[in-house]
Amino acid sequence: MMHGALAPSDYLVIAPVAICLLFGAALLMMRKRIDWQPWLAIPGFLLLFAADVLLLLKVAAEGPQTMMMGNWKPPFGIAFTVDMLGALFVTTAGFVGVASAIYATFSMSRTERRYGFFPFMFLMMGGVSGAFLTGDIFNLYVWFEVLLMGSFGLLILGSEREQLDGATKYCFLNLVATTLFLITTGYLYGVVGTLNMADIAQKAARLENDGAVLTIAVLYLVAFGMKAAAFPLNFWLPASYHTPRFVVSALFAGLLTKVGVYALIRVLLMLFPPQHADLATLISWVAALTMLVGAFGALAQSDMRRLLNYFVIAGIGTIFAGLALTGGEGGASATVSAASAATQAGGTAPMTGMAAAAAPLVPGSDSLVIGLSGAVFYALHSIVIMTALYLAAGTAARISGSSSLRAMGGLWRARPGLAALMLVFLFAVSGLPPFSGFWPKVILVRGAFQAGMPWLGAVILLTGFLMTVASARVFALAFWRNAPEPAVAGGPNAGFAPAGEPSPMLAMLPLLILAVFAVVAGVLPQWLVALTDVAARGIVDPAGYVGSVFGGVS
Amino acid sequence: MRTVIFRFTAPYLTALMVLFSIFVLLRGHNDPGGGFIGGLIAASALAIYGIACGVAAVRRALWFHPMAISASGLFLAVVAGIFSVFAGTGFMTGLWVFPKIFGTEVALSTPLIFDIGVYLVVVGGIASIALALEERESD
Amino acid sequence: METALSLVVGCLFAVSLYLLLSKHIIRMLLGVVLLSNAVNLLIFAAGRVSSIAPPLVPEGAEAPLAAVANPLPQALILTAIVIAFSFFAFLLVLAYRAYQDLGTDDTDEMRVAEPEDDGLPPLGY
Repeated sequence: MMHGALAPSDYLVIAPVAICLLFGAALLMMRKRIDWQPWLAIPGFLLLFAADVLLLLKVAAEGPQTMMMGNWKPPFGIAFTVDMLGALFVTTAGFVGVASAIYATFSMSRTERRYGFFPFMFLMMGGVSGAFLTGDIFNLYVWFEVLLMGSFGLLILGSEREQLDGATKYCFLNLVATTLFLITTGYLYGVVGTLNMADIAQKAARLENDGAVLTIAVLYLVAFGMKAAAFPLNFWLPASYHTPRFVVSALFAGLLTKVGVYALIRVLLMLFPPQHADLATLISWVAALTMLVGAFGALAQSDMRRLLNYFVIAGIGTIFAGLALTGGEGGASATVSAASAATQAGGTAPMTGMAAAAAPLVPGSDSLVIGLSGAVFYALHSIVIMTALYLAAGTAARISGSSSLRAMGGLWRARPGLAALMLVFLFAVSGLPPFSGFWPKVILVRGAFQAGMPWLGAVILLTGFLMTVASARVFALAFWRNAPEPAVAGGPNAGFAPAGEPSPMLAMLPLLILAVFAVVAGVLPQWLVALTDVAARGIVDPAGYVGSVFGGVS
Repeated sequence: MRTVIFRFTAPYLTALMVLFSIFVLLRGHNDPGGGFIGGLIAASALAIYGIACGVAAVRRALWFHPMAISASGLFLAVVAGIFSVFAGTGFMTGLWVFPKIFGTEVALSTPLIFDIGVYLVVVGGIASIALALEERESD
Repeated sequence: METALSLVVGCLFAVSLYLLLSKHIIRMLLGVVLLSNAVNLLIFAAGRVSSIAPPLVPEGAEAPLAAVANPLPQALILTAIVIAFSFFAFLLVLAYRAYQDLGTDDTDEMRVAEPEDDGLPPLGY
């Protein structure tokens, strides 16, 4: 809540969305100038990333920020409220956007740019940023639809038969999921009478935990679980994510499912903590099955891209595992009790060697905060690493002319640099040290043990092992072995540009940028854990969020 | 559908509908109307013209690509929000000026700019979809 | 009034779910249209149907003088109608293109992206 004139830095809350929509519209207007497009798009994405970083710094320094649209008073107007969770997600999205834009510049042919890749990418990024920044639950629905519109445009780029097939399934399933979101929001409005998330958080706490609120929580779980591709509702993802261009797959895999995860965290954990505690067992089952489906699905695939589709699902399962942990002894305590948290941390530190190593990372918290912090860390890691894996797979497929593991090979000899980067990403996605996937898994496994769910920790470790096997197969077949006999020309992946057309050497630059994150977050995880910890505490105890909207009088 | 009578009357009907759509757009601030419904009327006008005289004639008459029209509308709508940065108020705040033009007070505002943006987005978006469907029927 | 509305909403949901479960895309499209209408009615009923007076504040007053209709559900429905309309238009074009290119609107036969005879990956080298 703001009084009087605003300083220019206050507009950072809205800047990511405004930048995306302005650049997207401008690029769509000059769609004929194909050669100019990337040279406007890349500065646009750099500007977006800069705004995201400034916003993150501002939130880190001053706490949650709010701007009311059109100067309407809360809770009646639409609020844009950004806390640490939203700022972290939006910054990571901007980071991935920069890398993907550079990659697209050097890998997309002119005809594909003609169809409007960059405008739709900006539109999708605008939707993603809006979803991360908004503080109004109906507005969240609107941003979901904006990002879906952008993603539809990207998905059918090229209009091949395979893409139309995949896009049909993707569009229907996502439309049903967002409609379910809307239905639930209607129910929520009928029960609570407000749509502002800070207001809901206050009012829902005073409601009785009866069937109506639990129904709403379950429906949100279904709607966002469908968006995030969690287990029984994951079938649309492997049906569609491998059909568009690699860079489009990379953006989808990195960002779209994570928007579902973000919405689930925001709605279920912040707005309905008692219902979340009731549903924790269900979520833990969903998480375990999602992880196993992802890992076993990846083992069964012969196409590199479809294998990566299942890696995305396994990652979602790991994040859900973090959301399944409840505070302490199965209690529904929404506020962090410092005393009990300290005793818990002290009592469980010598659990295992790994737990002891992780102990200084999240000092003195209950397992709800630990799980959430680990889930957010894993989600950020997953955004970057899944994008990087698809981009690297795109370069590899371009060089070998196919993305089928039967036809690929000899890339270690041909491109040692690419192979090394791929190895980094595969290590990271499997959760092996010293890369970014290791620490969140440590935190999650430790949290699972502390919350009295050792079997969930075991499933996380088993999934990590299975993903290591699948990763090893990718590396051994596509990179390590000698090139197989010339594959059948015009196989299932004949849609690629002929090898060596634009320079894939320059397309290595975004991979390097993304690898820097994997290494830095793997070697120096403290700064990131400190930030995700702040984010998790902000969700568990939303007093700061509410105060930012209602001007301190919560 | 391409009867002589329809082809003869369609341009007049289209012109009238576009004019009416602009009227609906401008009356939108204080009375029923506005950018969305105005845009729909204009888009249906273009669709009628396309049914009568062919899609190519519509594209020639529009001059710009429908998606470019849509994009210009989006641009305008965001710019209407950005004016509030200079006034130091919340994004998208309605700002009004009342200049005297030929002795008459005219109310100009950022909501009007936003509404024109919505109008253009709807015209461009719906027209491009309608034209895409009509194009496939004819060939 | 709300009871009658909720019965209508229930019927619309049942019909739209039945259509969405069909194999044929054209029926699914009709199901999507009905579903969005059902949701709109649901939001309307969730906002309580009390008075039908337009929510206008007379000049000089601070608040409406008599009971007025709840304007928020109407704003939400308007937004939802616009979004549902644009999505339906897009899905219509997409379904038509898919029908033209794939030669079928039966989702069981749309196996281009997921071929059925996709064997195991190489198990060693």
